[in-house]
Amino acid sequence: MKNIREIALEEHHDFVGAKMGMWLFLLTELILFTGLFILYAMYRVRHAAEFHAAATELDVVIGTINTLVLLTSSLTVAVGIEALKRRNRKLAKWMVLLTVLFALTFLVNKYFEWSAKIHHGIFPGADELLSRSQGEIIYFNLYYAMTGLHGLHVLVGMGILLWVYFLIARKPSEKVVVAPPNIEYLKGAQLIASKGEQERWVIDEIKDDVVEVEVVIKKDPKKAGVDIPNIIKLENAGLYWHLVDIIWIFLFPLFYLIT
Amino acid sequence: MASHAIDVQNAQENYLEVKGRWSGILSWIFSTDHKRIGILYLVSIAFFFIVAATIGIFMRLEQLTMGPTLMKPEVYNRLFTLHGVIMIFLFIIPGIPAILGNFFLPIQIGAKDVAFPRLNLLSWWLFMIGATLAILTLFLPGGLPDTGWTFYAPYSIRTGSEVSLAVFAAFILGFSSILTGLNFVTTVHRMRAPGMSFFRMPLFVWALYATAWIQILATPMVGITLLLIIVERLLNIGIFDPTQGGDPILYQHLFWIYSHPAVYIMILPGFGVISEIIPTFSRRTIFGYKLIAFSSLSIAIFGSLVWAHHMFVSGQSDLANIIFSFLTFFVAIPTAIKVFNWVATLYKGSIRFEPPLLFALSSIFLFSIGGFTGLMQATLPINVHIHDTYFVVGHFHYTMFGGTIWALIAGILYWFPKITGKMYNKKWIYVAWAFMFIGFNTLYGTMLYMGWKGMPRRYYDHLPEFHTDHVIATVGSWFLYTGILILVSTLIYAVYRGTKADANPWGGTTLEWKTSSPPPLENFEKEPVVEHEPYYHEEAIR
Repeated sequence: MKNIREIALEEHHDFVGAKMGMWLFLLTELILFTGLFILYAMYRVRHAAEFHAAATELDVVIGTINTLVLLTSSLTVAVGIEALKRRNRKLAKWMVLLTVLFALTFLVNKYFEWSAKIHHGIFPGADELLSRSQGEIIYFNLYYAMTGLHGLHVLVGMGILLWVYFLIARKPSEKVVVAPPNIEYLKGAQLIASKGEQERWVIDEIKDDVVEVEVVIKKDPKKAGVDIPNIIKLENAGLYWHLVDIIWIFLFPLFYLIT
Repeated sequence: MASHAIDVQNAQENYLEVKGRWSGILSWIFSTDHKRIGILYLVSIAFFFIVAATIGIFMRLEQLTMGPTLMKPEVYNRLFTLHGVIMIFLFIIPGIPAILGNFFLPIQIGAKDVAFPRLNLLSWWLFMIGATLAILTLFLPGGLPDTGWTFYAPYSIRTGSEVSLAVFAAFILGFSSILTGLNFVTTVHRMRAPGMSFFRMPLFVWALYATAWIQILATPMVGITLLLIIVERLLNIGIFDPTQGGDPILYQHLFWIYSHPAVYIMILPGFGVISEIIPTFSRRTIFGYKLIAFSSLSIAIFGSLVWAHHMFVSGQSDLANIIFSFLTFFVAIPTAIKVFNWVATLYKGSIRFEPPLLFALSSIFLFSIGGFTGLMQATLPINVHIHDTYFVVGHFHYTMFGGTIWALIAGILYWFPKITGKMYNKKWIYVAWAFMFIGFNTLYGTMLYMGWKGMPRRYYDHLPEFHTDHVIATVGSWFLYTGILILVSTLIYAVYRGTKADANPWGGTTLEWKTSSPPPLENFEKEPVVEHEPYYHEEAIR
């Protein structure tokens, strides 16, 4: 007679909790930028005319293109999430990849924009900039600080999206790990995989020197679709990406359109 | 790939005995068990506290005589900065939430762990990285920062000391604090046991919940402010530098928008601890449960609207001064509500006098002195007189040390048997208390008096007229320090040699007293079902 032990599989996923944590984190990000927006408001009230004058020097065309790029990327990531929810892994993969490409486009544009400015001697601490009025100095300092911090967030967002891409790209599977102290429970027993009455496979008795047992159950990607936890991960990554987008929606008019 | 954990009912091994994947020290620093993480914080935070307290002793020694004796002015500046940075960012802000909160929040709501155990471990690691970076400044060419813990611009931008690294350390510590707050809010919302409605939660949980919200909402503000100091120093992006059109007063505003609510991050959990201890040792339910719970929230809300009372002499408008002065008085109301309710709980209670209650009552007493001196400073004309004097230093230590740290000690004494399964020697605790209480009042009471006479803070030297007071204060610091050492050694001794403690040595009624001491890995043998309000004393109904 086989020594059979039953083990209860327990899933530790709380999707509502995970999403709640993400929203709280986004709140902190929003407040991080709020500090800069407060500074912007204070300085703009003091130097309204100089802010307007300095804003004429920014390239509205590049700014507009970047706005369109980010808006579209928010669409693609949203489509990606919906696709994954409908178990369409292939479409989701493409959409996430497309989002990353848009993010890259944004950064490349930003790079050319900043280089042009730096080429004209408008960068923090440059003599050319310091010879101007105080309002204009503060405007450009804020411009670099705020778009710089936003650029950093674009970079982080890209990283997160790429990480989720690789998670989605992997073949769906489930892993069961039995490690100390629970391994004691399995010693001297056999593992059996069964479906209904039918036994699929049986392994040898687990000996006393076994430290860890790991069972990987691979799913058929065509039938079983996706790993459920990836959906929430992509959704959270998408939320983060929307935040990056929405902050730009505020930065764009405040720096480019106030002429 | 989804990972499953296997749930096997073990014989009730407690969390200290459980053998996981790692052994030795690794079983601690890689553990995602909230109880072990709480102890990690306890050990690291206690270490930083002793370090910063020792720095404080050296500062007092310098004031024992007139003129430079132990150290030069520059060294003194660096020492009070380090004392402040360690005490604020490494000790008192994480203090109660990270140690006692981590350990008891999940148990008190009947959960197995916090909502994000791995994030919890990450918080501790970030905390240690931030601490290491802060201490690293000691060994770099610029040396320790000499700006004071407030890092006021424009001096923090121009000084040659290692401000950038220290500020970056504070930024990382802030990140750690945010993650803890985020974890606690999610835990309270998602992990409560069946029957544990919001109004059946212990008041300690309520206090932590309010604190967690301040951590989430206020900390990013100091995060961005500190980042701006760094970019200003490294990349010359002038935002607060007057030569580039910047305004240093805006720095002060942004800094205090966080740092004033931060004092409520420090004190609210302390109030929570006291709200646990008072009903247990009075053998009756808490008086005014809902009022205490809501007063935590209203302190959190109103405390966020008073920051500019740190800036009454900075040159801001009179109107702003009047508004912030008024709002500051307002915060006293929810605080007083708590104190009155505690006293009303004690009234006609069957009081059992034990060390935790002694420290909790001392905490209320000392905090009241701190609170009243705070109201004095909120009064505009008095503030002008005592601004930047030892009065402020005395007031701050009465609230933070007297209020929070005494409550933290009370909490550690209260839950020590639960955490370790051992009981300490109560006699030595009383001895430690006597030393601490006498030393504390001699030290900080004299500071209040000196400040009232006009002794300015942050000076390494003093005029002859303050000499006697400084000598008294320094002697007080020795008593206080001795008391702390006695306390710490008594507790360390008890960890190894203490007598075995029962599961419920004090007769507590909240969930942590319904499980064994120390608790098992997943806190309860089976998930508890809650049927009463938290402070339901069955035998007291007779």
